[in-house]
Amino acid sequence: MAGAIWAITESGDAGLKSISFEVIACGHALAEALGSPLEAVVMAADGSAAAEALATKRMQAVRVIEDPALAPYTPDAYTAALAQAIEAESPSLVLFPHTYQVRDWVPRLAAEIDAGFISDVIAHRVDGDETVFVRQPYQGKLNSDCVFAGDGPNIVSLQLGAYLADDAAAGDGAAEIVKQPVDLAGAASRTEVLETFQEVADRVDLSRAEVIVAVGRGIGKKEQIPIVEELSEALGAQLAASRPVCDNEWLPMDRQIGSSGQTVTPKLYVAVGISGAIQHLVGMKNSDTIVAINKDPNAPVFSISNYGIVGDLFEIVPELTNQIREAKGTG
Amino acid sequence: MKIAVCIKQVPEGDARLKIDADGISIADADLATEINESDQYALESGLRLAESQGGEVVVVCLGPDRAEEAIRRALAMGAERAIHLNDPAFQGGDAAATAHALAAAIERENVDLILTGLQSDDAGWAQTGPILAARLGWPSATLIMEIEPEGDTIKVKRELEAGWFQWVRLPLPALLTIQSGISTVRYATLKGIMGAKKKEIAKVTPADIGLAPDEVGGAGRKTRTTRLYVPEKATGAEIIEGDTATAVATLVEKLQKEAKVL
Repeated sequence: MAGAIWAITESGDAGLKSISFEVIACGHALAEALGSPLEAVVMAADGSAAAEALATKRMQAVRVIEDPALAPYTPDAYTAALAQAIEAESPSLVLFPHTYQVRDWVPRLAAEIDAGFISDVIAHRVDGDETVFVRQPYQGKLNSDCVFAGDGPNIVSLQLGAYLADDAAAGDGAAEIVKQPVDLAGAASRTEVLETFQEVADRVDLSRAEVIVAVGRGIGKKEQIPIVEELSEALGAQLAASRPVCDNEWLPMDRQIGSSGQTVTPKLYVAVGISGAIQHLVGMKNSDTIVAINKDPNAPVFSISNYGIVGDLFEIVPELTNQIREAKGTG
Repeated sequence: MKIAVCIKQVPEGDARLKIDADGISIADADLATEINESDQYALESGLRLAESQGGEVVVVCLGPDRAEEAIRRALAMGAERAIHLNDPAFQGGDAAATAHALAAAIERENVDLILTGLQSDDAGWAQTGPILAARLGWPSATLIMEIEPEGDTIKVKRELEAGWFQWVRLPLPALLTIQSGISTVRYATLKGIMGAKKKEIAKVTPADIGLAPDEVGGAGRKTRTTRLYVPEKATGAEIIEGDTATAVATLVEKLQKEAKVL
């Protein structure tokens, strides 16, 4: 296999995002299995700091695509820049983190260069000549194996947390840093960036909570929220929610756990009426102890929980509240 | 303002999913379906824009015969008419093949704006919208939480990660993918449901939109799903059995003595 594997990194205001190293970790595993060189790619107005951090990891080279048009991010500039680089260097496989930003521009890139794109991948395996990528369709209820129909260039995006940043091994010496020239003069961005801001300044910080009771769509309606509020009070917990609960305004948006909300790691996480769509699980799966209460025995939330009770939450939760109160009262 | 809204029919959120004999799709028999959640929000956004700005909403849907149920519902909510890409050749596509077909169908409609959901609740590629925009050569913005039309341009609020947002401006025509929760989705009224029966659904084949059958569906895809399966539960929860009082008592004891979190 000749073509290189590219690991595309992402930077934010605080520099290189740690998910970039998850992409490197996947890149290492694939490069080894396929006998291909691994190269990291930095895209920025000034990529020197990110490039030096990446160069400590084991890889053939760090390619730096630098242009003033790459800050602030716009889909047109990023698509034009990477399309030019891919055309010039012909990597066989291009890996991305499945971030909101990647979802904004990488499908456009795939269309632009006529590439296959397998998104939101959680694992891979090499079966003889074929590299198989595993996804979680149907909101995480099922797995699917996917392969590319053509020779490439091919694109994969990796679900956050699917690969471990710590597995991105250090190299023997610093990898070579290569400037990758692009010409964005003819690729003016049609997107005008006006303002970037955080919506709620004094939002509830759930990341410090030791105990969280989270409620999902299974609660049915806003009038039934007090059932979980009482459990939350009995446990001395913070009340949180999955996205549909906040979308329906049963609880405020700043109580939301998951990819579009907060990421938490409490000692105890009680998931009530939450089926466990992957967007929710990524925000809480690293909690120490997870309890799930759900009527559907096949709900994905059970697969990442320590304890589960299958049944009617409207019976189980009030009983749990009572018994917790008793346990705390006598304990 | 003429707006195309792309919708997909997907299994209902808590539908029992049975894997089909083909090993790569969900069995159709007795499957409860709905309009993909974020597509419902896209439709609601389109209807609100048409109401405030004047204009019409055209619903575009690629799917088999049964997708007509989803299309009728969209018409009952207030869309003017629909285009149904319904042909065996369209089936089995990935996001690239589907977006290619949608682009050809929408190109002849001269719309100012295309709205899609941010991703489907079944395949979940989160690709079809931006690929469709790229195919048409239009700008796009994703995960939209607010829309302010400004004549020839449109100002939109994008959701970023971890509670951050961003306002951007795009020239029209443009494509937006809509985030769930942007507004409250209306119910179809009885009058709407009755009226929807008389609205036009144009059934479209690849030839009708100038495409060869091998450009779309399974023949036009760039990725292939080889297997669909129930994931093996590596660890999984210890399921506590018994009547409610007993199960809860066991749970409380385990939280105290095993997990030591109470």
